Amino acid sequence: MFRNQYDQDNTTWSPQGRIFQIEYAMEAVKQGSAAVGLKSHEYAVLATLKRAPSELSSYQRKVFKIDDHMGIAISGLTADGRILCRYMRNECLNHRYVYESPMPLGRLVRQVADKAQMGTHYSHKRPYGVGLIVAGVDESGPHVFYNCPSGNYYDYKAFAMGARSQAAKTYMERQFETFADASLDDLVKHALQALQASLADGELTDKNCSVAVVGKGMPFTLLEDESLAPYIAAVKEEEPAVAEAAPAQGEAAMEAEGGAAAGEGEQQQGDGGDGDAGGQAPMEQ
Amino acid sequence: MQPRPQSHSAALGPGCTGPSLANPTPLAFDHQRQVAQAPSCGAEAFAVDPAALANGQPRKHTTYPYVTGTSVLGITYKDGVLLASDTLGAYGSTKRYKSFDRLRKVNESCIVGAGGELSDFQYIMRLLEELSDDDFCMDDGHTLKPAEVHSYLCRVLYNRRNKMDPLWNSLVVGGFHAGKPFLGTVGMQGTNYTDAHVATGFGNHLARPLMREHHRPDMSEEEATALLHQCLKVCYYRDKNSINKFTIAKVSAEGVTISEPFALETEWRYKLFENPAANAAGAW
Repeated sequence: MFRNQYDQDNTTWSPQGRIFQIEYAMEAVKQGSAAVGLKSHEYAVLATLKRAPSELSSYQRKVFKIDDHMGIAISGLTADGRILCRYMRNECLNHRYVYESPMPLGRLVRQVADKAQMGTHYSHKRPYGVGLIVAGVDESGPHVFYNCPSGNYYDYKAFAMGARSQAAKTYMERQFETFADASLDDLVKHALQALQASLADGELTDKNCSVAVVGKGMPFTLLEDESLAPYIAAVKEEEPAVAEAAPAQGEAAMEAEGGAAAGEGEQQQGDGGDGDAGGQAPMEQ
Repeated sequence: MQPRPQSHSAALGPGCTGPSLANPTPLAFDHQRQVAQAPSCGAEAFAVDPAALANGQPRKHTTYPYVTGTSVLGITYKDGVLLASDTLGAYGSTKRYKSFDRLRKVNESCIVGAGGELSDFQYIMRLLEELSDDDFCMDDGHTLKPAEVHSYLCRVLYNRRNKMDPLWNSLVVGGFHAGKPFLGTVGMQGTNYTDAHVATGFGNHLARPLMREHHRPDMSEEEATALLHQCLKVCYYRDKNSINKFTIAKVSAEGVTISEPFALETEWRYKLFENPAANAAGAW
């Protein structure tokens, strides 16, 4: 996607029917560090890679609890993410106050999407530059939703966003059929392994990632530092078997759902640059 | 639930919000309200007409009921909940509207019955219908549960009471959800509770003792109906503002049914009634 004469503001269509400012906002999500969300029949799990702006600072928070039954992971402009987080918390609290019951996820996600759409509609506003993975449990079971800066929202079985997330998506595309019946521990391990595929360099430690779980009997719980250490250790133990690092070509991997074994050996190359493999038209129809 | 633009038309009177079609839809439909982070659920029901507040005067014309309904009775039984009431809208002592449905359906799992000011009840029903319509339009399988309807009505009534502009109603909310019956009541101040049997107004004094004596949570529908008939009869005998025309509403796993109006057998041929002036001291 290159600069062109149709990308000046929110209210200009291109002759191909695209609004470039919205697509640029979706690019901002890809600049954030990776976050994944996945679910089984009983639990939903979020896992994120945290970044530290410098060696002297702490890691930037990416997972936020919205209510006892749901939480979000953000990627992109953190400030925008905080505003949406505050909006969601407010809506959940008010729903609890008026109806004395937890807010159904689909409704809240739809409200957030409507709010995001307003930013794409006017020349005096800008789209939110943050993508949200909303994970939670309500009466109809666990859910993982993705809220896009374009104002769209999607229901996923598993999803990844942020830098080099294509690698995580590839891992999950191969494995997602086992998620439905997985135990909680296995689900968290899958999440961490998907995240590991998105790591540029270095290793997963309990300092640079955070995990959150929520389930029917389990309120939204953030796992960080000590509580995360056992899962990291378990993932490291299985390291040799997890050598199927991401292929650089995003497209090729998309259809290689079952045929992973063949590609394992030669795809040991780094996973540079495929996070923004924007060859696909970013405007989802 | 997003707040909709309301029409505070003078024709409807203060404190009333009309349908949004009375206002043309503005091009910039802004969901944001004056206060950032103001809630988007419950907003319309709690809204007070700003023009009236600007006068600085408390509203007086809504502090007295005009057309009223009397008691509503509710009991749970083995497979659901029964609500009963008569069909009278009384104008003071005049028995003015004799076919007013005071038991209404909210959705497939919930019914509401009201005594008190009937126009306020119609407003409450409009709010509940809008919520149910929203659920239908969302099309995501979620519908309001009876406990949520009860909680919502508590908040609305309490909020209005705090604004010194009460909705002058005593409500009974009955429902059946997840295999369990639900029965609760809300008063005009927002007082609320749930119980196995409830009654409003005179029913509290006349019918509850009978319910306390005869009610069991595992009653069959016939036993529950018979108990309600007994209570309705007592209420008709002893409550001046009632008529011999009743409806019973049932919620169970099969859904909601509201019966056609029926009358009960009553006995008036007592000797002392025959010559009512016999022991009178004389009139002026």
